[in-house]
Amino acid sequence: MTFLNDLIEPFVRFQFMRHSLLAIVLVGTLCATIGVYVVLRRMAFIGDALSHTVLPGIVFAYFNGISLFFGAMVAGLLTALGIGWLSRRETLREDTAIGIMFTFMFALGILLMSTARSFRDFTHILFGNVLGVTTDDLTLIGIVAAVVLGALLLFHKELELTSFDPIHAEVIGLRPDRLRYGLLILLALTVVTAIQAVGVVLTSAMLVTPAATASLLTNRLPRMMLVAVGVAISAGVIGLYASYRYNVASGAAIVLACTLLFGLAWLGRTLSRWLSNRLPKRSKP
Amino acid sequence: MSSKLRDVRLFYSRRRFAEPVAGSPALEIENLCVNRPNQSVLALENISVRVPVGTRLALIGPNGAGKSTLLKTIAGLLPIRSGKLLIYGLPVGACHHRVAYLPQRGEIDWRFPITLRRLVMTGRYVHLGWLRQPDARDWQIVDRMIERLGLADLADRQIGQLSGGQQQRALLARALAQESDLILLDEPTSAVDAETQAIISRLLAELSRDGKTFVVATHNLERLESDFDSALYLREGQQVPPPLGAPINAAVQPIR
Repeated sequence: MTFLNDLIEPFVRFQFMRHSLLAIVLVGTLCATIGVYVVLRRMAFIGDALSHTVLPGIVFAYFNGISLFFGAMVAGLLTALGIGWLSRRETLREDTAIGIMFTFMFALGILLMSTARSFRDFTHILFGNVLGVTTDDLTLIGIVAAVVLGALLLFHKELELTSFDPIHAEVIGLRPDRLRYGLLILLALTVVTAIQAVGVVLTSAMLVTPAATASLLTNRLPRMMLVAVGVAISAGVIGLYASYRYNVASGAAIVLACTLLFGLAWLGRTLSRWLSNRLPKRSKP
Repeated sequence: MSSKLRDVRLFYSRRRFAEPVAGSPALEIENLCVNRPNQSVLALENISVRVPVGTRLALIGPNGAGKSTLLKTIAGLLPIRSGKLLIYGLPVGACHHRVAYLPQRGEIDWRFPITLRRLVMTGRYVHLGWLRQPDARDWQIVDRMIERLGLADLADRQIGQLSGGQQQRALLARALAQESDLILLDEPTSAVDAETQAIISRLLAELSRDGKTFVVATHNLERLESDFDSALYLREGQQVPPPLGAPINAAVQPIR
């Protein structure tokens, strides 16, 4: 009982802990769900790139007194469309297109930033602070989560089909390239929102690690999404609690908790494979 | 009102259902020329062939002869440069579900987390369109086709855990669930064992008796006489006469 009391005590006592818990649950759900597509469609590099290419948008918005979120969103969408356009009809391979957009946008951001006197304002944005989430942030995250998750649900069967068999999709009149653009836009929305709340590193981790963990544990798509969400939320709670109890950086603690859960899943799978390889052999006379 | 709303369908493309032209062959190609993708070089030159309903045509030729290009053109995946291509008397894409294309095995991500049953269900999507979920009737059709191809025990397997032959049969089940009439297969028997080859040929024979038409790219010449009604030989994008030593059989009519 005392253990449980210890566990919930910080969340009962402090509003900022409740806010960050809610933020991590929302961001975790959002990132882990779309993250399953990111992992299955081998788009992990794009997620990572998107979280860096928003920099020029943020800096530009900061200089001009526009909403930073809006600046980041425009930069994120431009990156998504730029990657899609450069790699259309296989003129360039997608990873090459990503490499070009990633470095171009990031360098542009650094260049803009170097004209400013102080870098400190930007470090907060880039690395985020889940303990400093405001009510406005939460509202925004909630809205984006509803939009992205709603779109993923409504277009589930088309996204699923174009992910594993784009040729059949094309034969029956679907446009796999347009669905990919759509997914890139949803991904840009997700990444920009998540960065605002939890920073670049945590966003990349939340996109890839929970989904990768789930892919080790199940081979059904809807179940994979549920498991990924479970992993993300568990890691969020464990990380937040650890950061409170041991006074360590919250974002880093959450990422490490994610990696720990992935490690456990990996170990579990390796063990079960090892066992299933052994047992049938022994049962044969 | 609500039942009307339930009947609204948002199809994936402007193509709709179209009745076949009475008395026309399943496939009629005349002087067909097709470019290589994104190039102005010809990949196919002056191909002419006629495939009656309920027959099986073999496309034979070495790698790079244009077999896949021809199949993809019939499936509407590549544009026609010149010539005529009619499917049941209608131009490519006139009827949205008539043609099913079974690509080479490597073109599908078999590791994707989806079951055989859901894979076969993707054959119904062309009839569902945007935002509609499969209903009881769709699942009934899917289960019937799975049963028909002898895959009932494997319905809940992840598609990567099927053998090569089972994967081919799953794709055939999907083509049937799609209610397609012209089924295009690209190298269905490459890298499968003899038993699976026999199962697939038996299935094609059975289905063609039911009125399905098949165009199959193959370089397996041994089974040509027993498995096909006619053959089209291709080399470097052109139609060529059968090579010396090709099976000469009344049943297999080389088209030229």
